[in-house]
Amino acid sequence: MALSRLSSRSNTFLKPAITALPSSIRRHVSTDSSPITIETAVPFTSHLCESPSRSVETSSEEILAFFRDMARMRRMEIAADSLYKAKLIRGFCHLYDGQEALAVGMEAAITRKDAIITSYRDHCTFIGRGGKLVDAFSELMGRKTGCSHGKGGSMHFYKKDASFYGGHGIVGAQIPLGCGLAFAQKYNKDEAVTFALYGDGAANQGQLFEALNISALWDLPAILVCENNHYGMGTATWRSAKSPAYFKRGDYVPGLKVDGMDALAVKQACKFAKEHALKNGPIILEMDTYRYHGHSMSDPGSTYRTRDEISGVRQVRDPIERVRKLLLSHDIATEKELKDMEKEIRKEVDDAVAQAKESPVPDASELFTNMYVKDCGVESFGADRKELKVTLP
Amino acid sequence: MAALLGRSFRKMSFPSLSHGARRVSTETGKPLNLYSAINQALHIALDTDPRSYVFGEDVGFGGVFRCTTGLAERFGKNRVFNTPLCEQGIVGFGIGLAAMGNRAVVEIQFADYIYPAFDQIVNEAAKFRYRSGNQFNCGGLTIRAPYGAVGHGGHYHSQSPEAFFCHVPGIKVVIPRSPREAKGLLLSCIRDPNPVVFFEPKWLYRQAVEEVPEHDYMIPLSEAEVIREGNDITLVGWGAQLTIMEQACLDAEKEGISCELIDLKTLLPWDKETVEASVKKTGRLLISHEAPVTGGFGAEISATILERCFLKLEAPVSRVCGLDTPFPLVFEPFYMPTKNKILDAIKSTVNY
Repeated sequence: MALSRLSSRSNTFLKPAITALPSSIRRHVSTDSSPITIETAVPFTSHLCESPSRSVETSSEEILAFFRDMARMRRMEIAADSLYKAKLIRGFCHLYDGQEALAVGMEAAITRKDAIITSYRDHCTFIGRGGKLVDAFSELMGRKTGCSHGKGGSMHFYKKDASFYGGHGIVGAQIPLGCGLAFAQKYNKDEAVTFALYGDGAANQGQLFEALNISALWDLPAILVCENNHYGMGTATWRSAKSPAYFKRGDYVPGLKVDGMDALAVKQACKFAKEHALKNGPIILEMDTYRYHGHSMSDPGSTYRTRDEISGVRQVRDPIERVRKLLLSHDIATEKELKDMEKEIRKEVDDAVAQAKESPVPDASELFTNMYVKDCGVESFGADRKELKVTLP
Repeated sequence: MAALLGRSFRKMSFPSLSHGARRVSTETGKPLNLYSAINQALHIALDTDPRSYVFGEDVGFGGVFRCTTGLAERFGKNRVFNTPLCEQGIVGFGIGLAAMGNRAVVEIQFADYIYPAFDQIVNEAAKFRYRSGNQFNCGGLTIRAPYGAVGHGGHYHSQSPEAFFCHVPGIKVVIPRSPREAKGLLLSCIRDPNPVVFFEPKWLYRQAVEEVPEHDYMIPLSEAEVIREGNDITLVGWGAQLTIMEQACLDAEKEGISCELIDLKTLLPWDKETVEASVKKTGRLLISHEAPVTGGFGAEISATILERCFLKLEAPVSRVCGLDTPFPLVFEPFYMPTKNKILDAIKSTVNY
């Protein structure tokens, strides 16, 4: 049966997390920004370029921030799960828990001038870009105070001031858009890059290859990041891709395969990619990651993979646990301090949910706003053209 | 809230046989919901033609709406298989298969995702026979896609794109209203020697239950059906919207207005004669669909009927449709052409 074949392949997900242990000197919690060097557990694999070094420069402050941000994202996704089951979030809800390392690692390597554009699994990316929890929950529940004013929902989070170009429902459609953003950045001499994120399912879309060709032809500073969580909805990569080496699929475009569950490796790869893209044009980053939830809240996530596989990844490769071990082994924080931090975060998330629940839904007139820019004068009719008649602003 | 009201109408079962309805099959059968009826049709199609294939995203395990359950187990993975996530590729591949004389039943997971394949459908499938002077054709192609509102679908799981396809000579567009209709129509579409786009109202996949005969039967294409007879006004619709329209007809009857309800079934090419005959009898026409009103298929029906029945019309043709906005998220109840909007339009048309 298909599932038994799955379990033998699931061993590929369970790579042990070995961390290098320097001599342990008691360091003060969170304010220390003196450099620490950590070796990534898994080496990078490259295609048509050199791999970055496995030694990542970081600091206690940064690792602690990783922990805090990832714990916050994890809590948010779990809260969203409960809200969806309570029918306060309607529509579709695609959760990112398990993949948090990608969002925080990427942010650590870039600035807010660099643009990020992603698919519908965008809640944590939004938080990574500086989005507030209350804005996220409001948007999920379709309230006026949401980041897209309640009109977008789960799949359409945006944050203009942080160059976060959102949240896209149609699979793969954001990739050419991302390359267009990169084109604008190059044209404006911004010295910034665009990260266009897509999944292993989207990797089979024709538009990806069109975008790759154009970006390579015009040397655009575009970094195409394949978030390979190994399942396109319910379809495993080996069943949908002839070559699941997504970092090589760019052919003439260099690529790098990264352990996406290791925030430090992600940071290193993104830093490397940004330098590369600014000098040489596009590069593909394949992030080997995993999602614990199903594709969306409508998907139990267990019909196409075994529960053993999911719990196995959770035990061996969980991004937050990995950072927790680092913090403990380097004496950056104690277990109690971390647990307290998690408690605080839980409260922070609960407060945000409560606040979001209080916000109003958008006014009915919002149905017609933001379709066209002013002066278009188009009329929109309701039933039989006699009742509801609005001139679009 | 309006959302709850809207949804409760959809739970009604289907128009009964008592209103002078003309039915292809009056046999009883097992009560089935829409996805089971479609599943049966697919089983029969694959069984009766060894050169027919079903493929699309996730169809192997039964599909996201379970329409393809059991097919892979029964007919094998060579005939029922999953494709990668690439609509343009899937439809193009289907056209090629059909051009070699096979029946390709392609599933597009949601009609909202059909646009990457739009070029293949419009420029390749629809024109193949024409441009090759009848040397080649892809008549064996049938594209199935769930369409329409579902209560919480938002922008990309609720669209009704039928109007785009009705504008393309060379393909057929068919939309069933109920399980019994769906099985017969789907078998006709698969066996029709022209490429067909078959939109399935996703709201009805589980909600609609009807007695469906178990044997192989086909319902003719391009034949509309009068599912409720009346004298004062003709209502034309298709798919899930007919349930809403029927509610409005029942309410209108209480106010003394006798409504005739027609299910178009095939939108391209559509049965002009049946609608014309009905409007010549009643003198009034109301069309209702979920898609936005401007440029929706109701416009084509309205213009044609106006040409044919101008002197018989007592009132302007009324269209009760979705608003001219993207399909909204929280505002779905305002956007939808609800029973009350239709009822108001019936009354104002009759009292014109």
